[in-house]
Amino acid sequence: MADLEIKNLKVAVEDKTILNGVNLHIKDGEVHALMGPNGTGKSTLSETIMGNPRYTITDGQILLNGKDITKMSVDQRARAGVFLAMQYPREVAGVSNANFIHSAMNARSNGKPVPVLKFLQDLQHNMKFLDIPDEYADRGLNEDFSGGEKKRNEILQMMMLKPSMAILDEIDSGLDIDALKVVAKGINAMRSDKFSCLMVTHYQRLLNYVVPDFVHVMVDGKIVKDGGPELAKELEKTGYEGFEKEAEKG
Amino acid sequence: MTKEQIPLKENDVNNERGSMDKVEPVFSTGVGISEATIKEISKAKNEPEWMLDLRLKAYRKYLTMPMLDFGPDLSALNLDKIKYFQRATDHIARKWSDVPDTIKQTFERIGVPKAERQYLAGSSAQYESEAVYSNLKHDLESRGIIFMDTDSALRLHPDLVKEYFGKLISYSDNKFAALNTAVWSGGTFLYVPKGVHADVPIQSYFRINAGRTGQFERTLIIVDEGGSVNYVEGCTAPNYSEDSLHAAVVEVFVKKDAYCRYTTIQNWSTNVYSLETKRASAGENATMEWVDGNLGAKITMKYPSVYLVGRGATGTMLSIAAAGAGMHQDTGAKMIHMAPDTHSQIVSKSICHDGGRADYRGLIKYTKDAHHAHSHVECDTILMDKKSGSDTFPVNDIETSDGTIEHEARVSKVSEEQLYYLESRGLSESAATQLIIMGFLEPFTKQLPMEYAVELNRLIKFQMQGSIG
Ligand SMILES: Nc1ncnc2c1ncn2[C@@H]1O[C@H](COP(=O)(O)OP(=O)(O)O)[C@@H](O)[C@H]1O
Ligand SMILES: [Mg+2]
Repeated sequence: MADLEIKNLKVAVEDKTILNGVNLHIKDGEVHALMGPNGTGKSTLSETIMGNPRYTITDGQILLNGKDITKMSVDQRARAGVFLAMQYPREVAGVSNANFIHSAMNARSNGKPVPVLKFLQDLQHNMKFLDIPDEYADRGLNEDFSGGEKKRNEILQMMMLKPSMAILDEIDSGLDIDALKVVAKGINAMRSDKFSCLMVTHYQRLLNYVVPDFVHVMVDGKIVKDGGPELAKELEKTGYEGFEKEAEKG
Repeated sequence: MTKEQIPLKENDVNNERGSMDKVEPVFSTGVGISEATIKEISKAKNEPEWMLDLRLKAYRKYLTMPMLDFGPDLSALNLDKIKYFQRATDHIARKWSDVPDTIKQTFERIGVPKAERQYLAGSSAQYESEAVYSNLKHDLESRGIIFMDTDSALRLHPDLVKEYFGKLISYSDNKFAALNTAVWSGGTFLYVPKGVHADVPIQSYFRINAGRTGQFERTLIIVDEGGSVNYVEGCTAPNYSEDSLHAAVVEVFVKKDAYCRYTTIQNWSTNVYSLETKRASAGENATMEWVDGNLGAKITMKYPSVYLVGRGATGTMLSIAAAGAGMHQDTGAKMIHMAPDTHSQIVSKSICHDGGRADYRGLIKYTKDAHHAHSHVECDTILMDKKSGSDTFPVNDIETSDGTIEHEARVSKVSEEQLYYLESRGLSESAATQLIIMGFLEPFTKQLPMEYAVELNRLIKFQMQGSIG
């Protein structure tokens, strides 16, 4: 179970302020969508929750189940249940996808190694579910994967690691409609009262397949509007322009 | 993969290379070297006259030759304090059960018999100066493959040995080749007849046990026309306070259309000087591949070469070096193209940590006959900290105008971006670093037989324990 509360979060990158006081509360089992124009700070928020050292918190709190995680290391946050499907997943040559996922699972299993056979069965099952060909288990981690394959691989990792709080940063970008459906199927398979999720997206398209409980709009490093799934539909018609003007005024 | 396939047992992790065993040599020539020592060695081995003559000529040359004048500092190496010959048992065991118990325990611990049972066609284990255990599976034997220690080969196949011994590496090549020729003992002799393919790896373990023992094995491999073999050699040495010297000479003859891969994992304890001379010749359309791992030793100087003497011959070198505190790995390769349409490739990967140093030293030579030669050289280094260092010393010596050479060299740190990605899945910084390093070495490890790959990863993790968390 995961309850993530972000309070008045201000974040800077290389002395430039990007987030100007973000407030967001994701409760157990909820799926939230964070939308907004490019360059507005969505990835900054996602990366800051994960603990990417490039981002500096200048004010505010990130509470996971009531506990401030801002002083925790990246791997501690991960083991506490946070998962970030990155907008640009990294490649690691020579480390097989399977070996990597197994190592990560072992790192999270409190010293009890995950039996190899059980792991391989689960991996195979999930890969099939996500239409990932078998040989991707033995390929280098994201090495020479296409953009879409990397996204699918992020979802595979999520399904294997079973985080309680997943942040999916533009998991839909660069996907054709079939791939989008597969990714959505993966996310929906995770949905339960033990799984909370923040879907970051520029487009409404993904939200047709994974219907969120709440939608937030971010402009210029601030959340400017909160609503339900209908807000995403409205945005599709009107675009972000109206919000941007509002933000300028404010 | 299952636990059972890992040759070393878990509890060896704290005592990585094993401890010194109490094995009293049956025969030893004591400290130092003289003509009398050499005569004693030769007599003890019952050698033919020509070998004694060669030893003495080499010894006289050795006395006149200067110390190596490049690379690492060898001034602390005292050649007068070395025991030049020791024999651990007085017979070569044919069956595992004939090997003395202490030696058996050592090999049991480093996994030889198990590895052999599971993977190998033949295995020969060198303990001190002579093979104490050698065994070749019947199918290979019946196909005419000769695999034994070089001393036995000199007795049983004197003509074959005489035809090839010292023909690629003359005793006058360098000081340590001269020394080896003078006092050599043990090593592997492998002959693969025309058209015969040894489809499973053949391997041999070497091990220095007594302190201050020089190990001067002499390996001779001949792959006759159209034959092929994959020879694997591994070594571990226990840790000692006294410095030991390992100065092997390896000659490999790969005839027309033949193929040879020679894989070595060197893991001497960090007071061993490993100064080796390894050379191969590759005939028409032949392929010679060196796969060379250097994880141990205080100073390693090793530049295996391939003389590409036949049209269309190929030579490759794939190497890794890991240098930790107090270690200097000075390694590389030499590709000498002497015929048209010859190809070579050198891939050298190294990791330096805790102040260790790994340098690449290489030579690509195209003689005037090497038309349309092609060569590709790649050096890739990871420096774990600022105390550690690395350099490359590539030399190209080109006498043709129609050949091509590519050279790439890269020095990097472990990528912060990759670390972050792996950590975001729950891996600690040290586990993530370890995984990235294993990935860096993967082009090498994937070429190894399974149990070697497992072993190598384990040894590297052990060696780097301090520097990665
Ligand atoms: N690592 C970084 N270094 C420098 N500037 C950055 C970095 N990450 C983001 N920014 C800047 O911060 C702003 C917000 O970026 P980002 O969070 O990626 O927006 P979004 O994900 O909403 O498109 C942009 O102006 C971008 O250029
Ligand atoms: Mg973004």
